[in-house]
Amino acid sequence: MEIKISVNVNGKNYVREVEPRTLLVHFLRDTLRLTGTHIGCDTSSCGACTIHVDGVAVKSCTMLAVQADGSSITTIEGLAQGAELHPLQEGFKECHGLQCGFCTPGMIMTAADLLAKNPNPSEAEIRHGLEGNFCRCTGYHNIVKAVQYAAEKMGTEISA
Amino acid sequence: MIPHSFDYKRASSVEEAIEILQNGSYAKVLGGGHSLVPALKLRLNAPETLVDVTRIESLKGITIEEGTLIIGAANTHHEIATSAEVQNSLSFLADGASAIGDVQVRNKGTIGGSIAHADPSADWPALLLAANAQIVIQGADGTKTVAAQDFFTGFFSTVLEESDIITQIRIPIPPAGTKSTYQKFVQPASRFAIVGCAAVKEPSGTTRVAFAGVSDYAFRDEAVESASSSGASVEEAASKAAEGVSIMSDHYASEDYRKHLAKVYARRALVEVS
Repeated sequence: MEIKISVNVNGKNYVREVEPRTLLVHFLRDTLRLTGTHIGCDTSSCGACTIHVDGVAVKSCTMLAVQADGSSITTIEGLAQGAELHPLQEGFKECHGLQCGFCTPGMIMTAADLLAKNPNPSEAEIRHGLEGNFCRCTGYHNIVKAVQYAAEKMGTEISA
Repeated sequence: MIPHSFDYKRASSVEEAIEILQNGSYAKVLGGGHSLVPALKLRLNAPETLVDVTRIESLKGITIEEGTLIIGAANTHHEIATSAEVQNSLSFLADGASAIGDVQVRNKGTIGGSIAHADPSADWPALLLAANAQIVIQGADGTKTVAAQDFFTGFFSTVLEESDIITQIRIPIPPAGTKSTYQKFVQPASRFAIVGCAAVKEPSGTTRVAFAGVSDYAFRDEAVESASSSGASVEEAASKAAEGVSIMSDHYASEDYRKHLAKVYARRALVEVS
């Protein structure tokens, strides 16, 4: 039996009927057509499907859409302000923080959660904060640099 | 991967959840879902109904009352790791909580869900055994309190009945001067414990040592405890770890390697609390 849920995604309200077994990532990708959120391992390990639910990073392959009823969700599509990239998006671009790009949306969403809790993380804290996200191309060094770039830029913007 | 079809009910009280669980259909309690949803996706389990208990207010909150730390069962690992009450009274539980999985898992997974699932490699069972915790359970016949030591009964098995809900975890705050630690050898992909050792040493010398990841279920290692409590050296007490228990073996760690790690991590834990 389908259940009606109401969610706010990237600032827009949606009311939809979903089967209880619908995974949140499928709801976002297939129902709302927000395909920026990727499905990688589908077993809660790789973090490619990371989004924010009520302000914190979660793996949307391991959450049912019905569990998100009433929640505010941010996906990678919700980070940029119009044509202006979010500092993390800019950081990944400037620091070459991606090669194939498959893990990037999840990396950026987890990094955004990290910077919200800890605006000035050390390299070790960045690596610890990104433990739930796998990249199979880059070796992580430039991802860490991209997060440092964003932390610096966001710090500058706040104090400016 | 898409789970088998099921009904979803969101309970607004523990009583309502118990009533749904008693309805006759095969029902499972849904906490953060970070063990259950993967199991459903792999079709290892196919309940007819899921009862979501995470929005029940009485299952939330972390308080200290009369020398007891009380953690509501629906608190996430992140909430516990960052709780001032936990950090100030039993910091090794906060450290242990922050070593669970990764940030995304800690943001959703709950303490009640973790101990109800009783994964042999999960961290909470060993932490709660070493902390001498009590588990408060509400069921069809009322409320009961079970010591952590009696709660875990086997591989993914506990004393919970089909319509039971864990409501609270109650942990006596140990005397001033107590030292505690959680030392974990982590499986790098899942971040479960290949071996985890929780140790608490009170000023009187009384020591509690519990393991995750070693055997079919978390256990207190009485041989290590009694050696340490009676003043044996760290080396001697640690050498007694994981003797006389059945030891898990899988493609991450053989039986011999796990047993070796248990002694190494017992030593590291005992060094920390000595």
